[in-house]
Parts: sequence; C-alpha cells; structure tokens
Amino acid sequence: MLGLTVDQLLFLVRGAGWTLVLSLLGFVGGTILGLPVALARSSKLKALRMISSAYVQLIQGVPLPVIMFVVYFGLSIGGFEVPALVAAGLAMTAYSSAYLGEIWKGCIQAVPKTQWEAAECLALTGPQRFVHVILPQALKIAVPPTVGFLVQIVKNTSYSVVIGFFDLTYSAKVLNNSTYKPFLVFSVAAALYFVICYPLSLLAGRFERKLKRV
Amino acid sequence: MDPMVRFQDVHKSFGAVEVLKGITLDVPRGDVVVLVGRSGSGKSTALRCINGLETVNGGELHVCGEKLHDGKTDLRKLRQEVGIVFQSYNLFPHLTVEQNVTLAPRKVMKVGAKEAKELAAHVLAQVGLSEKAQSYPEQLSGGQQQRVAIARSLAMKPKLMLFDEVTSALDPELTGEVLRVIERLAQDGMTMVLVTHEMGFARGVADQIVFMHHGKVWERGGAEMLRAPQTPELQQFVATDL
Ligand SMILES: Nc1ncnc2c1ncn2[C@@H]1O[C@H](COP(=O)(O)OP(=O)(O)O)[C@@H](O)[C@H]1O
Ligand SMILES: [Mg+2]
Repeated sequence: MLGLTVDQLLFLVRGAGWTLVLSLLGFVGGTILGLPVALARSSKLKALRMISSAYVQLIQGVPLPVIMFVVYFGLSIGGFEVPALVAAGLAMTAYSSAYLGEIWKGCIQAVPKTQWEAAECLALTGPQRFVHVILPQALKIAVPPTVGFLVQIVKNTSYSVVIGFFDLTYSAKVLNNSTYKPFLVFSVAAALYFVICYPLSLLAGRFERKLKRV
Repeated sequence: MDPMVRFQDVHKSFGAVEVLKGITLDVPRGDVVVLVGRSGSGKSTALRCINGLETVNGGELHVCGEKLHDGKTDLRKLRQEVGIVFQSYNLFPHLTVEQNVTLAPRKVMKVGAKEAKELAAHVLAQVGLSEKAQSYPEQLSGGQQQRVAIARSLAMKPKLMLFDEVTSALDPELTGEVLRVIERLAQDGMTMVLVTHEMGFARGVADQIVFMHHGKVWERGGAEMLRAPQTPELQQFVATDL
C-alpha cells in the first residue's frame, strides 16, 4: 500500500500516537500553568505582573528545540534520568503556558471594563465578578485562538526529535533511513499531521457554537 | 429622618483636575432629584460617588447612613442598597434576561433557585418584560435592554436608585417605555437620583432639580425652576437644551 508495507505504515502511525500523547501533555500542562500566567499578567499587583511577564519573555525568547535541550540535559545534570517523553512534556508545558497565558490575558482584557463595573455595582465579590461575568465571556473569545494554538502545539512537538523522542517526525526519519523513500515517507507523515490537526479546527467550531448559548 | 444622601461640600479630583468643587446637596427619602447640566459639569461623577465607584477627596458624603468620605465603608453592603443604571445598559451578554436578573440575588443574597425565579418574574413584570425572561440581551431592542438593566437593579431590592442618562443611547421612539418605568418607580416611592437631558420628563418626575455647572451646584429648585432661571448660565442652558 502506497509503496510501503503495512508494518511500515503502522510504524508511522505509532509515531503519530506518541505525537498525540506529547501534544496532550503540552496542552494540559500548558493550561494548568498558563491560566495562572494569564491571571498574573492581568493582576492588579505589579510584582505578579512583572514576574509573569519575565517568564513569558524568557520562554518566548528561546527557540523550542533549545528549551527541549535545556530541560532534557538540565534534568540529567540535576541527577534525574527521565525518559525523553517526560523532558519533552515539560518543555512543551513551558512553551505552551507562555503562549496560552499571553493569549488568555488578551481574552480577559477583551471583555469590556463596563462588565466589571456592572458586576461590581451589583455587589458581587471580586472572584464572583471574574467567575460569573468575565470568565464566560473571555472563554468564548478564547476558543478560536486557543484551538489555533493547539495546532501549533501538535506541529511543534516535532522538535522533540532533537532529544530523541519517538514521535511522528522521528519515526519518519527512522523509516526513511531504512527505505530510502524520503518523499514518500515524509508525505505520509505530512498527511498524518494533517489528519490530527484538521479535526481540531472542526472541534473548535463546535465548541464555539456551544459556548454561544452557555 | 436623615436624608438618604447628604453631600456636604464634597470635592473630587482626577489627578490635578478638580471635577466636583464643593457639592452640597440633600436627597430626602422618597424624593426624586434630577441632575441637569452641560456635558462635563460633573453629573456622572457626583452620581458615581454615591455608590462608591469614585471616592471623594474632601467634604462629607453620607449614603444610607454610611459615611463614604472616611474610606472605611463596606462597598458591597452599600451596593446592595444602592442600584445604578448606566447609559449603555451593560447587561451580561452570555446570560439570559432571567439569569441577568437573578445572578446577584443568588450569589450575593444567597437566594434559592425557586425564590430567585419568582423574584425575576416580579421585577420583569414591573418593567413589562415578563415574556422575555428566556431571551438573550442581543435579541432585545435597546429600550428593552435598558428595562432589563433596571429590573436587574430592582432585584437587589435597593433603597435608592441612580440613573445616568439611561435614555441617551436610545432611539427617540424607545425612550418613552424606559421613562414610564422610571415614573412608575417614582410613584411607588423609590428614592432616586437621575441625570437626564429629557427636560419635560425631568419637570414631571422631579421633586428637586439641580443644575450643575463647572463642578458646582449652580442653581436648584422645584420643577418650575427651569421656567424661571435665576442665573445666566441656567438661562443659557435652558435656551439651548429645551
Ligand atoms: N475617570 C476619569 N478620569 C479623569 N477625568 C475624568 C474621569 N471621569 C470624568 N472625568 C472628567 O471629569 C469631568 C466631569 O465629567 P462627568 O462627571 O462625566 O460629567 P457629566 O456627566 O456632567 O458629563 C469631565 O471633564 C471629565 O473629562
Ligand atoms: Mg455623564
């Protein structure tokens, strides 16, 4: 099939599976860390704003493959021999938290100030204003850019090849080394990446329609 | 009995600019006080001081028995007693009309779900929008949205209502329905301070009209004041604004 054996195809599919796993790690970790970053970035406290801003600048100022190296070798120098998946997962977490934090900060600030004021005038507490009035509106605004960024996460997991993590790109590289059919192998890999990313966009549309009525 | 609101020589500045230059004004319980004046004369600022959205820099401001000038007021408690409605409605777009109205009673006053629903039905009937409970704000006209905003404030059972040019953003044919709601509230004895450019309405509803000019109470009186202005400033205002 396609000039590749079923086993060879399955080899790529397995790589794609690990790409998905790493993407999920990056997104979940990025969300857990990115939410506090977004909150800190829009905080009233200057110290919080400065620390979170420094974090975002730092991560955004370093290429992802270098973050991968730093995490991987940093952990091993620190005496932690971790699997490449863990190192890549941590690196993806750092990377996506900085970008998601920045995206979500923008979404929180995109809700008009008059909404805060209206909630304040109804005697809601600060956290109640945020949870019941601002957050639902910010979430709706956040869906398209967040899903757009999910696609970035999936594609950028391919940098984990630099620390030898077995993802889709890595499996394609290995397969090419044994088949010498680079165009074919990487075209199949490209198709697999597309198959992962395209449904994400479809999902985005669904969420958006649903959120509209929540 | 103490007045609901008492301004005593209240000053308010934004940076170096003094916007309220010594306001003295009483709002007796059950009265309707209408603030009129040119844009920039400090009407909104005065109104926003009453519910603590702006803090005063000098003088004394008593609202519902609280001393707002000492900076120690529990603002959340104050805002359960003082409702405010703005020109731009500011409804919560992600919530239905009913949810808009019940959010604060449920979260702040811890009213139960069933009671909250009844409360919503009551205040929505008051503004004539019972059939819109399940609509979203975007599905309503401007006049309807503004009436929902009034209902949302009323649901907190306030002792005092503030209205800041609530019909200014509306098409002329929609102002009537909103003004009628306010008139009915006045008849029911609600204490109100309102800023408006509708002079006919002001004359009809006001117990006291206050003309503000350059951050000061320039002239005040009953409804007849607008017919016989004492100061050239009010004369000019009346001539251009009526
Ligand atoms: N938050 C603010 N910061 C700085 N200046 C303000 C602020 N709010 C109002 N002002 C200024 O205070 C003056 C009075 O404004 P306002 O009370 O809104 O007047 P009015 O409601 O009578 O039009 C205006 O010159 C306005 O520019
Ligand atoms: Mg104003």
